Amino acid sequence: MQHLILQLSYLIGSITFIMGLKMLSHPDTARKGNMVAAVGMGLSIFTTIFLYRYHENGQMHNLHNLVWIFIALAIGTVVGTMAAKKVQMTAMPEMVSLFNGMGGACAMLISMIEYHHMSLEMVANSSYHPGTGIMLVIVLGMMIGTVSFAGSIIAWGKLNGRIKDRTIPGGQALNFLMFGGIIILAIMVVGGFGDAASQGYLFYGIAGIAALYGILFVMPIGGADMPVVISLLNSFTGCAAAFGGFLYGNPVMLTGGILVGSAGTILTILMCTAMNRSLKNVLIGSFGGAKAGPAGEAKAAGNYKEISLSDSAVIMAYAQKVMIIPGYGLAVAQAQHICHELEKVLEEKGVAVSYGIHPVAGRMPGHMNVLLAEADVPYEKLLEMEDANDQMSTTNVVLILGANDVVNPAAKDDPASPIYGMPILEVEKAEHVIVNKRSMKPGYAGIENDLFYKPKTSMLFGDAKKVLQDLVSELKNV
Amino acid sequence: MDALKQIAIMFLQNYHLVTVVILSIFLGIEVISRVPSVLHTPLMSGANAIHGVVIIGAIIVMGKAATDDYLSLILGFLAVILGTLNVVGGFVVTDRMLEMFSKKKKK
Repeated sequence: MQHLILQLSYLIGSITFIMGLKMLSHPDTARKGNMVAAVGMGLSIFTTIFLYRYHENGQMHNLHNLVWIFIALAIGTVVGTMAAKKVQMTAMPEMVSLFNGMGGACAMLISMIEYHHMSLEMVANSSYHPGTGIMLVIVLGMMIGTVSFAGSIIAWGKLNGRIKDRTIPGGQALNFLMFGGIIILAIMVVGGFGDAASQGYLFYGIAGIAALYGILFVMPIGGADMPVVISLLNSFTGCAAAFGGFLYGNPVMLTGGILVGSAGTILTILMCTAMNRSLKNVLIGSFGGAKAGPAGEAKAAGNYKEISLSDSAVIMAYAQKVMIIPGYGLAVAQAQHICHELEKVLEEKGVAVSYGIHPVAGRMPGHMNVLLAEADVPYEKLLEMEDANDQMSTTNVVLILGANDVVNPAAKDDPASPIYGMPILEVEKAEHVIVNKRSMKPGYAGIENDLFYKPKTSMLFGDAKKVLQDLVSELKNV
Repeated sequence: MDALKQIAIMFLQNYHLVTVVILSIFLGIEVISRVPSVLHTPLMSGANAIHGVVIIGAIIVMGKAATDDYLSLILGFLAVILGTLNVVGGFVVTDRMLEMFSKKKKK
């Protein structure tokens, strides 16, 4: 009976995950979908605590240490809720990465504990072996969990600026070497080479190399590609969870893990498509290598012109159509509210304002949508890239707020550029382009932007929030 | 060879699980493939919360640990905390992102 209820609750849990993901992929049902999945998760967790039984010494036992389990659950819930509630909208991507790392670490620890038990038994009783299949699942879960954990922590650090981009000379060869090493060690452990004690060293050796691999794998990847990496690591953790499901023959872990594994992979590919790059290209890191390349530097020389605040205000006030193109600069400066303010002031003056949203502007696909939604910008004002480009030729003023690579014309006409082929917002079709940036420094991809030197373009330097505040007060005086 | 044979046996014994895996892979692809880019971030975050299901493994490990097996208890305790962070944090962050969209709808 107990077992039946548990299995039924796992079935319900699996169904809620599927429904939840399905609902999450439509704007109207997304929030409910998240709730549905959360309820299914809660149900699966609590039925596991009270109804799960395991076999030991010929008897069935309920789980014990319940007090400690509840204390751990309580700590995780309080800390997790606080962290998630307190985080700034701009810091959302790194938060997701951090939580992903926690999941990876959890999978890693589970495998390590299970391995620890088995190796104790194997040392005590040399004829005992848990079975190659079980060993395979444990090693894979640990390996992938560790890579995901280490990689996510690096991604988190890179996104919040604690860790700088660093290309390690020969890093690629080193990565291949480590990858090969992990596979060989894994085969040795799973295949049961050597005695139990030396296998233990091999097992923890895999953990060490996997952690290093995770670090070096993410380290050279440029910030612009970080969303893709986080999505990929997300699906890794899903796979690690699924191996846990195999280990315990647990259907809800299996479906949940695999669903995320496959959905995450598709999402990763969708993101790559949005940038018109292949996954391989992202991972091998053409961005990292191109930084010192001649493509960018050759064009760096040129004159740009600055525009004053009052001139910008006048141009916009007398325009008919203004398009605002937000980028990471807006997110960093927390300028989404004042940006909405600017939009309202302009609308009062009879200027039509819209937003051109590049799918990968910011640090994550959809980042800008979330940010502007927070500031109450009406949904229908956010134009997707194709629509924005259609309207570009009838737009008088384009105001670029801290976006760079997504408006770089090199993506269209410079085959040598590392971002060549990426679809961009074709701002040069508009009458005037005003670019707000903090300085002339290149964007995240580390390449020069020709746009800034074009005759139509004027530069408006300064922090996005400050500049927008000043623009709003200037506009009120026009 | 023996190892490969054992893996083959495990595959046959867990045939139903393998079926579930294969079907889930296709389901995951099917469910996601048409998503507006607006929802990429919340969806990633929601999926992130769902793989927190790994916490069930952590609960089992900890619930099975003998009361004097301190190493397992400590690591298991840590694993449950990390798993909970993934689940709770993941769902709450996703909800916060989506809350902003729904607020828009009402006005």
